Amino acid sequence: MKQKKLLDKFTLDVLLNRLSCELIENHFDFQNSVLIGLQPRGIFVLSKLVKKLKDKYLIPNLKYGKLDTTFFRDDFRSKKEQPKASFSNINFDIENKRVVLIDDVLYTGRSIRAALIAIESYGRPTKIELLTLINRRFTRHLPIQPDYVGLNVDTLQNDRVNVNLQGSNIEDAVYILKDDDETNFS
Amino acid sequence: MMKQISVNNLLGIKYLSRDDINLIFETADNFKEILRRKIKKVPTLKGITVANLFFENSTRTKLSFELAEKRLSADIINFTKTGSSISKGETLIDTVNNILAMKVDMIIIRHPSPGAAEFLTRNTNSCIINAGDGTHEHPTQGLLDTYSINEKLGSVNNKRVLILGDILHSRVALSNIFALKLLGAKIKVCGPKSLIPKFIQNLDVKYESNLEKGLVWCDAVNILRVQNERMNETYFPSLREYHNLYGIKLSSIKNLRKEILILHPGPINRGVEITSEVLDNKKTIVLDQVENGVAIRMAVLYLLASKASGISNYN
Repeated sequence: MKQKKLLDKFTLDVLLNRLSCELIENHFDFQNSVLIGLQPRGIFVLSKLVKKLKDKYLIPNLKYGKLDTTFFRDDFRSKKEQPKASFSNINFDIENKRVVLIDDVLYTGRSIRAALIAIESYGRPTKIELLTLINRRFTRHLPIQPDYVGLNVDTLQNDRVNVNLQGSNIEDAVYILKDDDETNFS
Repeated sequence: MMKQISVNNLLGIKYLSRDDINLIFETADNFKEILRRKIKKVPTLKGITVANLFFENSTRTKLSFELAEKRLSADIINFTKTGSSISKGETLIDTVNNILAMKVDMIIIRHPSPGAAEFLTRNTNSCIINAGDGTHEHPTQGLLDTYSINEKLGSVNNKRVLILGDILHSRVALSNIFALKLLGAKIKVCGPKSLIPKFIQNLDVKYESNLEKGLVWCDAVNILRVQNERMNETYFPSLREYHNLYGIKLSSIKNLRKEILILHPGPINRGVEITSEVLDNKKTIVLDQVENGVAIRMAVLYLLASKASGISNYN
């Protein structure tokens, strides 16, 4: 596998700032809106955005939570090994709220389908939107499209997109990984 | 991260590893959160049919399994011994094979004969979960008791657990001992010597004849029922004497230096192994155990369903 850096720390920061502004444009003071990060990796994007909205744009009383979709997936018995379930943590009412689902990479759209069903268990939102840091185009299995996109990328089926936002020793960055026999990065 | 349970059927705790138990507990944590949502149902087992075969009476286990299956969106059928063709002389294997012919994917079985669940795995092609087989094991009860202790005490490792009462006839005792041992607990059993099996020393479990000493020693006590229905001879002089020597009363816990956890798998014989005073003063975690039971059974069903080779392909 060969890898190419799609976004470095600086461009990621610019991009997260833009996404925060787009969210504010549509949700103003977030009094009637909530942010929901999808487990496992959507929560890293969520925490970055929450930090920006709170510290930089001074949004008070921001409501946000985590949603795990493991038990709502349609492929749990066709995989060799089961994905490990994570915690959901939504301790507020989402009835009649505007929900923004947040994930790191939008690929086939199947996790989002699972999330749309999972979120129903907590109530009926007036509207659900989707924010994704990376949108892999032309790879969808379902008619699902994002409302807010950090970066659109065109990828082949075997490519992988890795988002490092864990906040550990690794620098924040986004990589694209390709098989060795198709190393022709454009 | 991907993980898988190491067994294809849940016949007893003795076949599980420490990792399996931890995986079941972690999965149960997630299900417990789901059970506190507005809508307590997930579509995970959609299209899977589960048969609950109860050849012996049950309230909690049966309802708990049934609810767990429904929360996971499985289709279920129930079978009880009374009113079935068992009374016409049909054998266990014929009954089960006939039920399997109706395209059932998983079987929950409770049976008065020890080894009934294991016997089925050898003779049928299905995923079997033991819900109690005679005096052998009751794995989901062992798991939920251990899970409840873990939840209340923060961990099981090095905790002292006293199992009190009729150990000889109890499948719950055996499953508890295996599960607690795997997670590193120290265990003593207590009760009339006539109700303690001889093999208990081989399990590295100590016997304590004096209840007072046992209670001072332990962090948690699991009280078992006197199983009158399994006793073909007299094991102790009278229920009154049993109560005097081995029943938990308010006075027996009042003077302890620390608060201890009191568990009971049910059904409870009030006034025999425990007094109403202790029960009604909310000194026990009996109802927490029942709540955890559903989450534990959902976890077991979920982890086994995704492994079962016999299950029709879902794609």
